[in-house]
Amino acid sequence: MTVADVLLTAIGAVVVGSALLVVTTRHIVHAGLWLVVTLTGVAALYLVLTAELVAWVQILLYLGAVVVLLLFAVMLTRAPIGARDDLDRPRWPGVLVGLGTAGSLAALLANAYRWDKIELPAAGTAERIGEHLFRSWVLPFELVGLLLLAALIGAIALSRSGDE
Amino acid sequence: MTQADGLADFGHDPWWLILAKVLAVFVFLLLMTIFAIWYERRVVGRMQVRPGPNRNGPFGLLQSLADGLKLIFKEEIIPRTADRVVYFLAPVISGVCAFTAFAVIPFGPTVSIFGHRSPLQLADLPVAVLVVLACSSIGVYGIVLAGWASGSTYPLLGALRSSAQMISYEVAMGLSIVAVFMTAGTMSTSEIVAAQADAQRLVLFGQEITIPGWYAVLLIPSFLIYFISAVGETNRAPFDLPEAESELVGGFHTEYSSMKFMMFYLAEYINMITISGLCVTLFLGGWHAPWPLTLWSGANSGWLPLVWFTAKLLLLLFVFVWLRGTLPRLRYDQFMRLGWKVLLPVNLAWIVMLAGIKVIQRESLDGSVRTTIIAGVAVVLLLVVTLWPAAKEPEPMLGMPDPAGRIGGADGFPLPPLDLQVPPSPRAMPTPVPATAADTGSDGAEDSTGEEA
Repeated sequence: MTVADVLLTAIGAVVVGSALLVVTTRHIVHAGLWLVVTLTGVAALYLVLTAELVAWVQILLYLGAVVVLLLFAVMLTRAPIGARDDLDRPRWPGVLVGLGTAGSLAALLANAYRWDKIELPAAGTAERIGEHLFRSWVLPFELVGLLLLAALIGAIALSRSGDE
Repeated sequence: MTQADGLADFGHDPWWLILAKVLAVFVFLLLMTIFAIWYERRVVGRMQVRPGPNRNGPFGLLQSLADGLKLIFKEEIIPRTADRVVYFLAPVISGVCAFTAFAVIPFGPTVSIFGHRSPLQLADLPVAVLVVLACSSIGVYGIVLAGWASGSTYPLLGALRSSAQMISYEVAMGLSIVAVFMTAGTMSTSEIVAAQADAQRLVLFGQEITIPGWYAVLLIPSFLIYFISAVGETNRAPFDLPEAESELVGGFHTEYSSMKFMMFYLAEYINMITISGLCVTLFLGGWHAPWPLTLWSGANSGWLPLVWFTAKLLLLLFVFVWLRGTLPRLRYDQFMRLGWKVLLPVNLAWIVMLAGIKVIQRESLDGSVRTTIIAGVAVVLLLVVTLWPAAKEPEPMLGMPDPAGRIGGADGFPLPPLDLQVPPSPRAMPTPVPATAADTGSDGAEDSTGEEA
């Protein structure tokens, strides 16, 4: 066990624990806050794997924009302080889907790598990510951009449809 | 000139030196905050033709210190409806993020501290600028959670405004920094400062022009957009909608008192200092001396650059105060329109243009091809300008009220008559006289005052 292994395990445990708290807490705003802890943990995992740029971009985008917007929406509609019992959460289907996804992902990854040891490649600097993204993966990158644009226009169309 | 050798200089400090640097940054920020509050009050005072605080210490310099001490001893009041854990966490998040962001700002070149050669900067990373942005985006949580956890209406409204505002302006700010990344070729703060050290040579139409290396000159649209969005990002006037005291009492920190309130106040000023420090680093040449001083060879070595850095910082803080003293607060829709419909498109167009210039420079095309490209771009620009949909005829906002006493037709706003005469007070008269409709003002004024709110 190297230091990196210990760190990965510890941070992984924090991520899984806080992710469980996201779906079990009865405070709707606290669920959002536990999501912040989960996503920060994922950023820390990237940092341990020396992917510096991805880690900070994760914090910048997911914490700084996505979860803030989520909390914003919750507070704009209703933001009760204290626990609530009327949160609509079908328990057993949720457990089933969650365990199924986690199990199949774990099986896939374990089967793909078995006991192979993979050396950490050079640090994930901005140059390397840019190189890969804009040379080898430029088509998927553009497609994702197009998809996001379509989603954006769809959201605007949905929100304006009531005007007529 | 002592030049930092990039990132290789970092990570060699002994533990006591790192500790000393942490302490130095902490003390610098605290002192700057105490100074900045006094500075702001004095400058605004001068602008409003009044003295400002001048009782405690020479020129009132100790006023903020006295205020801070007073705040510590104030009683702490926590609303009964508050979510206690989050209520406590919010100022902590604000304070921690504000202090952390300053760690990557370079103060000066490599100097010798007790025999150790070390750069005057706490830490640097290949992606240091992103750290500052990340800290300021996590700082939003402090404000949002403070507003929510107070369990009160005005703080919640202030927090909602603030989160929408900071997310919007962070986009514009991030995009304006992209131009700096493209020009400097790095995201590390110390390397960006180094990239601005020398004058740049620009070949334009066969003539060589020497222009200063500061990106404020080279990338002036980015600089302006950065500064405007920085004011929005720090919730300062004229963009201080989250704490608009005439509408929201005090905004997100209405329910906070004592030390927790002080933490928010401190975080606001430190954010202002950090954003100004980042502006100095990215656009104003960092700790490098300004032009006439560079003629003296010793200006950029040793501890002296600390002075240049602080002077530039104070200059930017003055602009912040100047804006506050001059401009009225924007309305919320005007503010959002400025961010999304002006700053963002201008920024994107500017980045595309800059990328085009970079490609033309790098490919070293021969003269005819380059001329063709430039002519093509000019033609496209001309077409865009001529075919741009003409702005809608602005509706006459202010005119004479129509006979119904309203502006803008039957659905418009009621307006008191311009030749209003104050009716005589009924109490002053010996016998009550029933007031006629003409005396009390316009017909529409009474029945619609309730709808205006």
